[in-house]
Amino acid sequence: MLLIPCPHCGPRAQVEFAYGGDATVARPVDPDAVGARQWLDHVYLRENPKGPHLEWWQHVAGCRAWIRVRRDTVTHAVLGAATAAGSIEGGAS
Amino acid sequence: MRYSFLALAANALRGHRRWRPAWRSPQPQRGYEVVIVGGGGHALATAYYLAKLHGVTDVAVLERGWIGGGNTGRNTTIVRSNYLHDANAHFYEHSLKLWEGLSRDLNYNVMFSPRGVLNLAHSDGQLETYSRRGNAMRMNGIDAVLLDREQVRAMVPDLDCSPQARYPVHGGLLQPRGGTARHDAVAWGFARAASALGVDIIQQCEVTGIRVEAGRVQGVETTRGYIGASKVAIAVAGHSSRVAAMAGVALPIESHVLQAMVTEPVKPFLDTVVTSGATHLYVSQTNKGEVLLGGDIDGYNSYAQRGNLPIVEDVLRAAVSLFPRLSRLRLMRTWGGIMDMTMDGSPIIGKLPVGGLYLNGGWCYGGFKATPGSGWVFAHTVAHDEPHALNAAFSLERFWSGHLIDEKGAGATPGAH
Repeated sequence: MLLIPCPHCGPRAQVEFAYGGDATVARPVDPDAVGARQWLDHVYLRENPKGPHLEWWQHVAGCRAWIRVRRDTVTHAVLGAATAAGSIEGGAS
Repeated sequence: MRYSFLALAANALRGHRRWRPAWRSPQPQRGYEVVIVGGGGHALATAYYLAKLHGVTDVAVLERGWIGGGNTGRNTTIVRSNYLHDANAHFYEHSLKLWEGLSRDLNYNVMFSPRGVLNLAHSDGQLETYSRRGNAMRMNGIDAVLLDREQVRAMVPDLDCSPQARYPVHGGLLQPRGGTARHDAVAWGFARAASALGVDIIQQCEVTGIRVEAGRVQGVETTRGYIGASKVAIAVAGHSSRVAAMAGVALPIESHVLQAMVTEPVKPFLDTVVTSGATHLYVSQTNKGEVLLGGDIDGYNSYAQRGNLPIVEDVLRAAVSLFPRLSRLRLMRTWGGIMDMTMDGSPIIGKLPVGGLYLNGGWCYGGFKATPGSGWVFAHTVAHDEPHALNAAFSLERFWSGHLIDEKGAGATPGAH
């Protein structure tokens, strides 16, 4: 079981969280400035890295906040966590 | 050597010392017409049909580990074609028809066992949707039988069909021609048949790069040196994103871990495959007597071939609620495999936007049943540089043209199948 360090509640079991996917996917800032192709890239394409992965989790059975977690997709080790707007120690963003 | 009763008897009299390896293990040549990346069932089937149906025998299959050691050996061995949408129905039905003649075609017993695949309905609404899917299947020439509760009870006596069941059974949709097959035998049978037709199967040879010049593939870098190729066909589901990225192609795929598990072996009590969409459970009994169970993906990106306990508990909870007598069995083994989860739940079989580069991937949970059909259409796609009518709809371009094959109707969700 993953142990996820919620920045609000402390270390909690994975079953308290819902997964929200890749947190590096950025919605186009100006919707009118991009075409359909770029919108569809945003909706569908994922880098899908093998190794460290920045991802969203929602602490649904706790503070209900969305948090960002950096986790290794090969070892499942949780490398760090931060609030949605915060930064994760030891890594970019 | 062709396998036959006479060959078996002759070798039995000689103490089984004269059997030869079922496939050759040659050194890689400097170049091939077609290099297939990956050595699972889909890759080997592709090689076999390229050689047998399209006369392309200058083919190498490059496998990082050993053939059939990835998802081919990790699935729950279920074969079916009970799909709603036309593109899926036609493709998987073609695959099922190939399954029906596969042991004879390969001269290798893949132990295809059409024991039926039963989808349980736990509400009237679900039975209605099964009725719709069953009718769609029959319109596409696929067998489908809608069962009421008593028919389900008669077919699967150990299923809790009582009114007080946690998930009451309202009926089910049965595909009698569906069933199971021996997954390792599928890899070995295709390997043996492909090798006999001249395909080089090269194990312990990992592809580390794809060389592209002027928008056209030139060959692959491997741990055993550079191998030139006019065409490179990728069949590495689980790792499709990583291999396509070597050629600069991004895919609408997330990799997730899917677990399966078996109990200790018991006497035969279940002679069909039972699935429950509401609890998301697959149950069958293997030829060794183990109860084989599968369920949901763990639900987060993963390249680890192992999962976590919450989903094991979830699967077992569903299994015990449907089959109460399973509660006394001990779990013997759990394992995981890496799934390419596409954004519409359907596979990608077609050309990539690099000349001479092809992808067979994005199988979500459902790759095993497609093995012969997938190889068949992928071989056609590679040989003719254009998809067959059966896989034209499974293009990568569908994600931008809007022609998704969204069997679950769930939108952009890498959790459908």
